[in-house]
Formats: sequence, C-alpha cells, structure tokens
Amino acid sequence: MARVLLFGRLADQAGWRDRRIEADDLAGLRAALAAADPELGEALAGPGVQVAVDKVLVRGEAVLTAGAEVAFLPPMSGG
Amino acid sequence: MSVSLTDRPFEPGALVTAFCAGREETGAVATFVGLARAEKGRATVLELEAYPGFTEAAIGEIVDAAMRRFGLQDVVIVHRVGRIAPGEAIVFVATAAGHRREAFEACDFLMDYLKSRAPFWKKEHGPGGARWIEPTDRDRTDATRWDQE
Repeated sequence: MARVLLFGRLADQAGWRDRRIEADDLAGLRAALAAADPELGEALAGPGVQVAVDKVLVRGEAVLTAGAEVAFLPPMSGG
Repeated sequence: MSVSLTDRPFEPGALVTAFCAGREETGAVATFVGLARAEKGRATVLELEAYPGFTEAAIGEIVDAAMRRFGLQDVVIVHRVGRIAPGEAIVFVATAAGHRREAFEACDFLMDYLKSRAPFWKKEHGPGGARWIEPTDRDRTDATRWDQE
C-alpha cells in the first residue's frame, strides 16, 4: 500500500490530497490512478509534474516498497 | 544554519535580534523580509503550500551551496505556509559573514532561489476567486543571474 500525496493544482483537480493505493511500482500506481480518474491520470503525466518517492525526486520508473510515500509535484512556484 | 516553515505569523525584529546575539567574529548580518502584497485589492489572502520535510531539505541544499559560495558563517530562513494576509511577513532570510559584501550577495542569491525554484505552491485568493500562481519571467531571470557567474 503506497501513500499518495498530491500538491497544488493537482490536489484541487483530484478533490483529494492524501490517499492509500495498492501498487508495486510507479507504473502500476499511475495506471491505478488513471483508471479511477482518467483526467487526473493525464494531469499526473503532464509537463513539469515531478514525482518524489519517500521525499526524493525520481525520474522514470521506481519500485514501491510497502508504505512508500509517493508525491506528485506540479511545477513549483517559489515562495 | 536553520530552515523552518511556520503556519503562524512571525515577528521579523525578534528573529534579527536572536540571529545577531553572541557573534564576535561576524562583521556583517544582512536580512531580507518579504511581505504579502494586497495587489490593489486583487489578493485578499495568499495561500502557500509546502511539502513538509521535502521543502526544508530542498531549501537546505541551496543554503549549503550559499554557505560555500559566499563563505558564510550562518544562515537562518523562516518561511510562512498556509493562509497569509496582506502585510504579513512571508519570508525572513538572514546571512552572517565576516564582511558585508558576502552577506548582501548571499541574501540576494537565496531570495532569487526562494522566489523561483523552492518547492512551494502558491494560490492567490481574491474577490474574483482563487488562482494558482506560477513564477514570473522576472523571477526566473533573476534566478539565472547566478548561473552565469
């Protein structure tokens, strides 16, 4: 079970910001999220959206351990 | 060195006093305080979202880079998150160095980073509704000044 966190406009779009989802890897997690909400799935794959696993930015694929925290980060705006 | 986020208003003067206390080898302390603007009535509240843990770590990496680049003795950054009213302080940066030039430049460098690349998501609430804000072109070019030097 991965803990999924959404930030900024992604959380507004999805209507949630913190949810637990069953997935073994990032691709499986993206597929599960897109199956439940196709528009969100598209937004998560959109330009400038970065992914952090356990608070470390990852590019491409990643295996998710039990209890992994996966954050989808839209373009950062600065403070 | 310290980087912290707070969802409560803070008093910049108290932070300056604490930062300057007990320094015998620091010739210069430079500080910057950023305040929330009302944008002539367009913004009633600014909402800043951070990713706790991730945001402080990302800022901490830039602080480390600034410490090395400018030979700083110390840095304190306090950043508001949550809902911020016009006139309230959003960010406080203090740098300590042996001499003023390094303290000034490091403060400028850190603010350019914080305004353009730091992991925050910013929403402006106003009479016309709420909108997410992206960095301005000016914020981006300000940050690239330091890449070329």
